[in-house]
Amino acid sequence: MSNATVTEAPQRLGLLRVLGPGHVWALGVGIVLVGEYMGWNFSVGKGGMIAGLVACWVAGLLYTCVAMIDSEVTSTVAAAGGQYAQAKHIVGPLMAFNVGLFLVMAYTMLEAANAITIGFLLDTVAGMLGHTGLNQKPFIILTILALAWLNYRGVLASLSFNLVITAFAFVAIIILFVSVKFGVSAVPLDFSAVTNEPLPYGWLGVVAALHFGLWYYLGIEGTCQAAEEVRSPARSLPFGTMAGIMTLLIAATLTWYVCSGLIPWEYLGNAGTPLFDAARVTGNTSLMVLLFIGTAFATTASANGCINDASRAWFSMGRDRYLPSWFGAVHPRYRTPYRSIVFLVPIALIFALGAPLDQVITFSILSGLLGYTFMTFNMFMFRRKWPLGSIKRGYVHPWHPLPALVLLLICGATYFAVFLGYGTQLIAMLCFYIIASLWFHFWRYRFVKRGDQFTMPWPRPQGY
Amino acid sequence: MAYRPPEQSLAGQIVDVVVLLVLTVGALYLPLYLGLAGAAKVPAPIENPTWEALGQNAAEQAQWAALGYTDPASANEMITARFDYTFSWTALIVMVVAVVGYFILVVRLSTKEYREVIAERFGDRDR
Repeated sequence: MSNATVTEAPQRLGLLRVLGPGHVWALGVGIVLVGEYMGWNFSVGKGGMIAGLVACWVAGLLYTCVAMIDSEVTSTVAAAGGQYAQAKHIVGPLMAFNVGLFLVMAYTMLEAANAITIGFLLDTVAGMLGHTGLNQKPFIILTILALAWLNYRGVLASLSFNLVITAFAFVAIIILFVSVKFGVSAVPLDFSAVTNEPLPYGWLGVVAALHFGLWYYLGIEGTCQAAEEVRSPARSLPFGTMAGIMTLLIAATLTWYVCSGLIPWEYLGNAGTPLFDAARVTGNTSLMVLLFIGTAFATTASANGCINDASRAWFSMGRDRYLPSWFGAVHPRYRTPYRSIVFLVPIALIFALGAPLDQVITFSILSGLLGYTFMTFNMFMFRRKWPLGSIKRGYVHPWHPLPALVLLLICGATYFAVFLGYGTQLIAMLCFYIIASLWFHFWRYRFVKRGDQFTMPWPRPQGY
Repeated sequence: MAYRPPEQSLAGQIVDVVVLLVLTVGALYLPLYLGLAGAAKVPAPIENPTWEALGQNAAEQAQWAALGYTDPASANEMITARFDYTFSWTALIVMVVAVVGYFILVVRLSTKEYREVIAERFGDRDR
């Protein structure tokens, strides 16, 4: 056989190519914007106000590296599953299995965190209206089931829905910022903690804060999950992802400014819905309603995007027999990975109903972090196996290998940050992935068709 | 000759799904359920708390009030709670070994599988 030999793949029912750059932006920002509405503030709890801001910008740098690297690889490996498909073609089946699990766990835990926040938000508002002790669980269950149903019905409908509610949630942050700057708040902005107690844990707290700093942007790489459903992946994926990062950098900085100025850092470090709490402090009813809707929309959009991404990663693994092939089915009418969507619902429910928000978030962050670490050596291997010019790339990111090295350095610091305060969960998560890896390599891999794992029309990788 | 994987029965597929579910719940949810994992934040409430003693200025007091905390005693634990970042170097080394070891394990086993994939897709090098 020659190096260029490509056998004809059997015809199978594919996903619909209906998405444009706007949908890619909405998918990325829609999943992530919720990071401004909840979760990021735990970084303030781990290190103080200054640490929260430093974490915001360092994490921004991490995700800029992620977006640069991911745009090059994904615009070249344009297949459903995003990083999963990349790992399959560049590193090997076991790495792909792990990356698939990273994606599924990161997004499913994020979905659970969103549902918890919706329950908490409704409980808070009910308490403000004099109805204390609201049972949050029915709302958590309803949120997850309703969004799973929406995804079951079709990707275009669900992502168009995301586009609208994401835009609203973003505008709500801008309106809050402008209103506070123009003196709408009954309580003035106060940054005295920045000078009086700048680093309550010293510089160690700044590193520790990086753990939840990732939450500002976690999931932006989800834009790649829809590669097989994008009309023009080489153009839409880099454009949508980069636009998403810029949107989030702006939103994250505005969020830190408003919340740190209106909420004592000790409260902010524990708050379930910080932007809504900031609106409460202003005493302005319109802002409260706006940020209530913004929080509800952001969490809904995020959960919706998470179901979309997690199910596609699960679907891809089923289609490749990394998981039972039953999951690789596409709905004959709606053309969605319906079995994967339904299967992941109970896992999201278990964690949404039975685990605290910060710990669910930590599981999501850890899976994301493992995925970002993979991206660093994946980039080196990609350039080594197929040097520039050997295959057609949709986008070539500049300054290689600097982004990969910076990403690796920040990933290392973030593992240490998680270790500070949440070390047990880090070890639990690693145990999960190590056992799953051994299970795959020594059992599940026998069901995998070797040659089918390489579907791109590329030449033989160098060194193999 | 291309590798022909065995067909997996429906029962086998169900067993595999159950294994993954048990692994997910066992490794991730069980430690949380048993209280073995979580944040190490410890409150250190002061006696007879006042806003001044808790280090809260007038603006911050107004903020606490807007958030529903009009009595300093109600915010005492939240304001004084701190993480304990003391750690043992042994635990840190275990973590580093676990993270690095995990990636080495996965990449090495993946490389072995990847060679099979490439050999089947492109043929053996020496042919």
